[in-house]
Amino acid sequence: MRVNVTVNGRPMTADDVWEGESLLYVLRERLGLPGAKNACEQGECGSCTVYLDRTPVCACLVAAGQAEGREVVTVEGLAAGGGPDGEADGGLHEVQRAFVDAGAVQCGFCTPGLVVQAHALLAGADGVPPDADIREALAGNLCRCTGYEKILDAVRLAAARRHPTP
Amino acid sequence: MDFLRPRTWAEALALKAERPEATPIQGGTDVMVEINLDKGRPAALLDLTPIPELREWSREGVEIRVGAGVTYSRLIAELGADLPGLAQASRTVGSPQIRNRGTVAGNLGAASPAGDSHPPLLACGAVVEAESVRGARLIPIRQFYTGVKRNALAPDELIHAVRVPAATGPQYFSKVGTRNAMVIAVCSFATALEPAERRVGTGIGSAAPTPRRAPDAEDFASGALDWDGRGPLDPAVARRFGELVAAAAAPIDDVRGRAAYRTHALAVMARRALGWAWDDLRGSA
Repeated sequence: MRVNVTVNGRPMTADDVWEGESLLYVLRERLGLPGAKNACEQGECGSCTVYLDRTPVCACLVAAGQAEGREVVTVEGLAAGGGPDGEADGGLHEVQRAFVDAGAVQCGFCTPGLVVQAHALLAGADGVPPDADIREALAGNLCRCTGYEKILDAVRLAAARRHPTP
Repeated sequence: MDFLRPRTWAEALALKAERPEATPIQGGTDVMVEINLDKGRPAALLDLTPIPELREWSREGVEIRVGAGVTYSRLIAELGADLPGLAQASRTVGSPQIRNRGTVAGNLGAASPAGDSHPPLLACGAVVEAESVRGARLIPIRQFYTGVKRNALAPDELIHAVRVPAATGPQYFSKVGTRNAMVIAVCSFATALEPAERRVGTGIGSAAPTPRRAPDAEDFASGALDWDGRGPLDPAVARRFGELVAAAAAPIDDVRGRAAYRTHALAVMARRALGWAWDDLRGSA
């Protein structure tokens, strides 16, 4: 079947999509967007987190046909200014910049999912969210390298830069 | 495999009548896992997400009618005051990404004994609104679960909505798991107090072939609680309530836990949940 979907602001078409295929497979293998990662394929790890109509979801659990006519934003769309809030900073979104600066990236496999999920948390937060809120927001994103401390630092850093204390 | 995309509820019912073997899909949090991991391959997927009316909830008398497409995230954000037990259970489902997609109706369709929605629905006496081209019918939740991952739906029926009585007293949900997120319940328990009726409702999850109530515990607590004086909860009543809840379960040993552990944990959860609910009721007087 054919699937029409707007990805990072651009209308795209995927052909010969199998009916049981996931949105993640369409993004990675048919539309050339490998940012969202394929790991558990069961919603456990969060590596494939993307925005679907401005809501963060696991792309592996969205049937390709369910994305028909809808808007997807992947990690590739954040830096290009194509994110939901259209921000970009020196080629990196401020959340990505904070991950780099805080040393929150090791092997990097979980990073795209964490960046999208952190982006969603900060989009809805005033100031620096309490640790409990950060942990809750990132509870569905697994990282096997960092031990999470640097990731929490990165989220706090991105939030602090967005809301500088006077 | 076919991908069926009805635009309206009537169209969905017609397609389900034509293709009773089609698997309905909402958030995909069960259906897509099966397909991705090659555990099953439906003949057809019936995508219900394009139907706007399923995403609505409404207040109908003493009930909240929750459309089959209302996600856990919305239920938590919008219905926490009316349906506290169901909202608490919803908060324990998966992760934010999963709660943004998953639905109570999907939980009912899958009818896993471990589904988090089931205990609170049992405790407050919810009703499932099922429909086919032959007509609509209301299935009391107590008659809905018929076996492991089996429910009372006919092959041509779809879940339209769940009717959940708005809370008239405190409700609590408890769940045992290895961490705070992404956990399939080792066992779970819900209770709902209905002070006007002097009734205590219960629901047990992941400790029997189907979600189930603990009728003896309900009758005992309904009779033993000090509804008039609202004095402190007698520890002996709480303990007995826990024992009767545990006695209603029929758990097995499996990868998530042993039967003996589940029985013990249920007694503890029930005792504590009754205490929390009773303290809230006393505090609200």
